[in-house]
Amino acid sequence: MSIITGNQNKAERPLMMGNEAIARGALEAGVKVVAAYPGTPSSEIPKTLGDVADEMGLYVEWSTNEKVSLEVAAAAAYSGLRALCTMKQVGVNVASDFLLHLAEYGSRTGLVLVTCEDPGSLSSTNEGDSRPYSKMMEFPLIEPGDIQEAKDMTRWAFELSETVRNVVMLRSVTRMSHASGNVTVGDLPETDVKADFQCNGEFFDQMTGPVMTLPSTAPAQRLRQHEGLAKAIACFEESPFNTYTGPDRPGLLIITSSAATFYCREAIAILGIEERVGLLKLGTTWPLPPRLIEKHLATADRVLIVEEGTPFLEDNLKALFADRIETVGPTRFHGRADKTIPSVDELNPDIVMAALAGLLNLPIDHSTADYRQRISAALEGNVPDRAMTFCPGCPHRASFWLLHEALKLDNRRGFISGDIGCYTLGVADCGFRAVKTVAAMGSGVGMASGFGKLRRFGLEQPVIAVCGDSTFFHAAMPGLVNAIHNQADMIMVILDNAGTAMTGFQPHPGIPVGADGKPLPALDIPTICQAMGARVEIADPFQFDAARKTIAELMDDGGGVRVLVLRQACALSPARKGKKEWTVSVDPDKCLGEACGCNRLCTRVFKCPGLIWDPKQKEMRIDEFVCVGCGVCAQVCPQNAIRVEKVVNS
Amino acid sequence: MNQANLKHDPYNLIITGVGGQGNVLASRMVGDMLSRLGFDITIGETFGASQRGGSVMSHLRISQKGSYSPQIPMGRAHMIVSLEPAETLRVLRAYGNRQVKVITNMRPVRSISVISGEQTYPAPETIMGWIRDFSESAWFLDTTETAVRLGNPIFGNVMLVGALARTGELPLDRDTFEAVVRSRMPASKVPVNMEAFDAGGAMIEDGRARITNPFYRDLMQACGQIG
Repeated sequence: MSIITGNQNKAERPLMMGNEAIARGALEAGVKVVAAYPGTPSSEIPKTLGDVADEMGLYVEWSTNEKVSLEVAAAAAYSGLRALCTMKQVGVNVASDFLLHLAEYGSRTGLVLVTCEDPGSLSSTNEGDSRPYSKMMEFPLIEPGDIQEAKDMTRWAFELSETVRNVVMLRSVTRMSHASGNVTVGDLPETDVKADFQCNGEFFDQMTGPVMTLPSTAPAQRLRQHEGLAKAIACFEESPFNTYTGPDRPGLLIITSSAATFYCREAIAILGIEERVGLLKLGTTWPLPPRLIEKHLATADRVLIVEEGTPFLEDNLKALFADRIETVGPTRFHGRADKTIPSVDELNPDIVMAALAGLLNLPIDHSTADYRQRISAALEGNVPDRAMTFCPGCPHRASFWLLHEALKLDNRRGFISGDIGCYTLGVADCGFRAVKTVAAMGSGVGMASGFGKLRRFGLEQPVIAVCGDSTFFHAAMPGLVNAIHNQADMIMVILDNAGTAMTGFQPHPGIPVGADGKPLPALDIPTICQAMGARVEIADPFQFDAARKTIAELMDDGGGVRVLVLRQACALSPARKGKKEWTVSVDPDKCLGEACGCNRLCTRVFKCPGLIWDPKQKEMRIDEFVCVGCGVCAQVCPQNAIRVEKVVNS
Repeated sequence: MNQANLKHDPYNLIITGVGGQGNVLASRMVGDMLSRLGFDITIGETFGASQRGGSVMSHLRISQKGSYSPQIPMGRAHMIVSLEPAETLRVLRAYGNRQVKVITNMRPVRSISVISGEQTYPAPETIMGWIRDFSESAWFLDTTETAVRLGNPIFGNVMLVGALARTGELPLDRDTFEAVVRSRMPASKVPVNMEAFDAGGAMIEDGRARITNPFYRDLMQACGQIG
């Protein structure tokens, strides 16, 4: 029995990852429909639920993009089923177009949007904060403060959504989603609900009328929305997820939320200031419960706000304070605004400790200073960096090698407009720095469409866009339509590695399988591009000669949009994992190291992690534990010094 | 549920290595074992954009009092278990202290800066010297070779779990490990995992691996902390 679906002994308290706890909370709430687009750190929530979809009678899908996923979830919530939609912070921007309409109309059944955010950009191209959407679009926001709450608050979020008749946003962060802790589970409900979309009722009847927001209906719908927010405030005033620990009249009051709660608790304990500092942990962060806040602000003259992301809570607390200054009395606020907390990057216990030590004039712990100083001096410059790179055997390394080579030979300073996925690393050494623009999903081809229209203004550089197969379906198709229709001069390269590799290999519409592992029809990318009107070629980035020829032809074919699908499965794909196609070795007679004139092309420039440059022996070797046997390095070596032998029965 | 006393509460354990070495699985196994014994466990993991070969680190907080931050404060690790020697140094530099203990696999995974010749990988003796200088005691293991004999270098992670158990630093026993393996893996995989666990333990037990820093050893003997 899995920990996710088990009705186990309550005393067992299984260890769950935050995302598993969120999945469990949704099951305890009786969720029926789950829709999502993968994005670190959110992907394990739908994955966990997809794995138990059959057992629990759920519909789980990996949607084309976040906007579509929210639309799918909303359809369920309008039909009487509790629905969950999950994404990372950048996805909320994609979904925001629909979200504004959803928030104005509201929901009929529990509809929860989970956004898992990435302060510090540990696995993102930005440090976005989605919480302002809850204020801007006026729906409730809640933030769990530990793994147990991640489970409990998810369950509660569905009830809250039905109380306020609107979507509820539950915000997690990397250190919540990817942290694990013990969770006391609740019961799983026996549910047997039938989906039924009632749409023949009165126009303004939220539960039975047509679902739409129109120019004339917006003010009335927003009033209805405000009634929901008032109900949320009433719930939040009494919510057990807002907790206070500390003295009745603390010298300093900390107000915090989310994973920052961990850091505050730890900093207070290590500094031993439990008697001096109060900790107000808010689980309900929009709208703020005014009476609760007023009560606590009145107890302290100084407040430190500790939160992940932008000063969202900080600004809202100050606005609330301005309204209540007469009852609360003079209060000094510390946080990101006065730089007590750094304005960027993720928090940790040390940052909170430093902030508290500064505000309370506490002595800094010097006991470890000597150790830190000595180890830093000893190791300075001696521990090799471990820059991010493509995995050994990654088809992207081969693809960028070929594209970089082609652009270099062409000699017109061509460049690649990149996109979001593993291949974003094309900006780095491992992609030979060929990628020169990176923005939102699909922006590679959209920008290339723009660059490709600048010929009349003198732009002579070849323009190449790259995107992955999942990104193609997510957001690149409209950009490609635009480029073809407007006759941009560009090559779009689709790096098809057969799955959403970066987030853990989730299927997408091009893969013949769904979130529950069952077969689904796959959409063929080259056929789609051909139908759109582009010249389409397909090549294998592991077959250098043929791929080179195709790229050269496409570069010569001036004008219009040309599409090249470089197709080769991800080195970590289930089909390939652990299977070597080639046994790779070095011919010591042919590899002359630095003497052969190639200037160590394989290890100095191609830099596959499966290669070893031995500076003592002055020769190249293969790291047999790291090499996955793709055979590409043999094609890179100009001396044919790398031998490949086909593995039999691989 | 019988709880042994922890040497420190919270006990701060870091398991580190590079992507693809099975570090995350090792930390889950240790977390599951201790959770079964009734301890409160919080695990913080750094992964996501850590492709194969990138640094991966798990922080385990083990307590009888409640849940702790998934990030250990700087300089406060009690034990570092590492699958890769350069990663041991990286973690030691941020989280080490005079009392920290270290178990490390000594087989390097070269980063691309080393492959390209921009940086050099320190010699094993140099790495061992630094680790001895900056820990209270250290065990140096070559798990990779033994793991390959068991059929796959990936078993190095399980061997390190076995080694950690045998140090007696934490209440980790063989039966609990077997229960965790049985709950996570198909029955056919249990024997090889047990073999790897035992092989890791043997590396600690036969004494070859342990090299205690003489400076700290003398210091602690003077304080009467060890016999």
